[in-house]
Amino acid sequence: MKANCWFDTHDIRVEEVPDPSIVNPRDAIVRITSAAICGSDLHLYNGYVPTMKKGDILGHEFMGEVVEVGSGVKDLRVGDRVVVPFPISCGNCFFCKKQLFSLCENSNPNAWMAEKMWGHSPAGIYGYSHMLGGYPGGQAEYVRVPFADVNPIKIPAGIPDDQVLFLGDILPTGYMAAENCDIEPGDTVAVWGCGPVGQFAIKSAFLLGADRVIGIDRFPERLGMAQKRSGAETINYEEVDVYETLDEMTGGLGPDACIDAVGMEAHAPGLVGAYDRVKQAAMLETDRPHALRQAIMACRNGGTVSVAGVYGGFIDKVPFGSLMNRSLTLRSGQTHVQRYMRPLLERIQKNEIDPSFIITHHMALDDAPEGYDMFLKKEDACVKVVLNP
Amino acid sequence: MEMRETDRPGDEGLARALGWFSIGLGVAELVAPRGIARMIGVRDHRILLRAVGLREMASGVGILTQRRPAGWLWARVVGDVMDLALVGAAFRSPRARRGRLALATAAVAGVTALDVVASRRLSRRPGEPEDDAIRITKSITINRSPEEIYRFWRDFRNLPRFMRHLESVQVTSDKRSHWMARGPAGKRVEWDAEIVDDKPNELIAWRSLEGSDVETPGSVRFQRAPGGRGTVVKVELLYRPPGGLLGSLVAKLFGADPDQQVAEDLRRLKQVMETGEIATSAGPSARRSRRLAAAS
Repeated sequence: MKANCWFDTHDIRVEEVPDPSIVNPRDAIVRITSAAICGSDLHLYNGYVPTMKKGDILGHEFMGEVVEVGSGVKDLRVGDRVVVPFPISCGNCFFCKKQLFSLCENSNPNAWMAEKMWGHSPAGIYGYSHMLGGYPGGQAEYVRVPFADVNPIKIPAGIPDDQVLFLGDILPTGYMAAENCDIEPGDTVAVWGCGPVGQFAIKSAFLLGADRVIGIDRFPERLGMAQKRSGAETINYEEVDVYETLDEMTGGLGPDACIDAVGMEAHAPGLVGAYDRVKQAAMLETDRPHALRQAIMACRNGGTVSVAGVYGGFIDKVPFGSLMNRSLTLRSGQTHVQRYMRPLLERIQKNEIDPSFIITHHMALDDAPEGYDMFLKKEDACVKVVLNP
Repeated sequence: MEMRETDRPGDEGLARALGWFSIGLGVAELVAPRGIARMIGVRDHRILLRAVGLREMASGVGILTQRRPAGWLWARVVGDVMDLALVGAAFRSPRARRGRLALATAAVAGVTALDVVASRRLSRRPGEPEDDAIRITKSITINRSPEEIYRFWRDFRNLPRFMRHLESVQVTSDKRSHWMARGPAGKRVEWDAEIVDDKPNELIAWRSLEGSDVETPGSVRFQRAPGGRGTVVKVELLYRPPGGLLGSLVAKLFGADPDQQVAEDLRRLKQVMETGEIATSAGPSARRSRRLAAAS
């Protein structure tokens, strides 16, 4: 089959690789019909995630049709249409039972690597480094889905791929980021980053009852999308000072909750940005936490900072004193996708949300490398690329 | 502050002697590098010899002044390895005097042996076994009852399912069993073991019979975890690495760390007990091999 494979920083290629096969009884094989390029794939593309190996198949946001099931899979049949969540979860362990699916203890065969880096290991993830399992990803024609009896969600006929594809990652990710804010009536939520996750966080914050949502980015098309599609107010951080503007917009209080939908490769103007770039290049910090710093400083006293953006390792100059002295709550986590798939599918079916609005480009699997490059450079107003093998 | 307990009073004496030896040699190398060079049969490498002398003095002072000299003794071992490499390199020089060099090599090797012995003795924690055995203790929490896990473990034929190095276990009687494993370098190792303690749902302890290839006394305990978390499974093993302590250090360098192996075995036990299978990311990639590339 064909698959989009990582070879090195800014070197990915669509290659001919062997087809996947059933290995364990609870496996299924899915023929991919749609696979998205995720913003977090750009961290791999830019070479900031350790333990990638040449030839690894990328992709953790995908859906398709079941073509084979193992002997232990009872609820899925060949021909079922499914969306597959990006964290691989066993459904049996302490964490899965508590619905903390991205913390499954049994799905990362390379848990020892993650333990060295992070102390304990989270769940395995498709196509996202060997530290997170080394699972072949879904930017391919076929994928092996472990624990297929508990992970995929069946999609009824009649709903197009584009409306449900994002159930596997970014829609629940944006939703969980907003849910972690414990939004109350009258609340103002600020969202750093108006990429796909930011757009869904904005939409979800309104769905969960926020009075105002403020999106922060530097790309006019993304800010425009947040205004038009969700009714957000916006700040272009290249034009104004974010902290002062937020303070002014909230009567000097600061937003009740701040969502970091940017993560480890934040852009920052001026000296601070240069400082982080130099330190990251010299391996003195692995991540550039500019959005996180700003979110902490801007948040109102006693408010919540919710981190949805991906971080990999160690960050520097985080204003922890601000967090402690002002009673802020910090919440984060890889998304417990399985927890949100069914309720969000219902919202899609009831037309409360149509996630397809973020898609700007459809491409063939063969064009994946161009898709990554375009997405990275935000060319042609690119917000989201969907590959159709 | 924990006081260092040593098994033999002589260990401290040996360490002190090595400390003074370090200082003596260091001073000699610093003030008379030319004489030393002649003695060991190398050319006049004054700067190198003085640097080595400084190193010797540092480890000597360290050994004599620190309450816990084990670290400084290990530093001496590192220095010895460096010296052996230097002497080895000197052999290649056309102007080397091979007879004297051979004597020097023998002397350094002898001192290395002494350093290793002293370091090991002083590195040992109180209560640790005296020989090359390594004590391994590992725990894991499994979301199943002690009864279920005990039952699975007590049928030793199940062990190869999660212990990667085991090929098979045959149960020969109620208490005895025959074990086959892949040892280092793919060598097959076999032994007979007997159960020495067996408390249903709580504990199984075993040891290998006299005359076995390997000695592996060990035990596993099953203890109900608080808050409905299942069972804490705790394994204790005494492991005598082939090739002694040095062998185990070499094995560690090449990634075969016995401590890690036990941890991985327990993780696979958890996977089997909780999910019925062992997690694997085996599957395709664009790496050279056309077979299914094992993922890690």
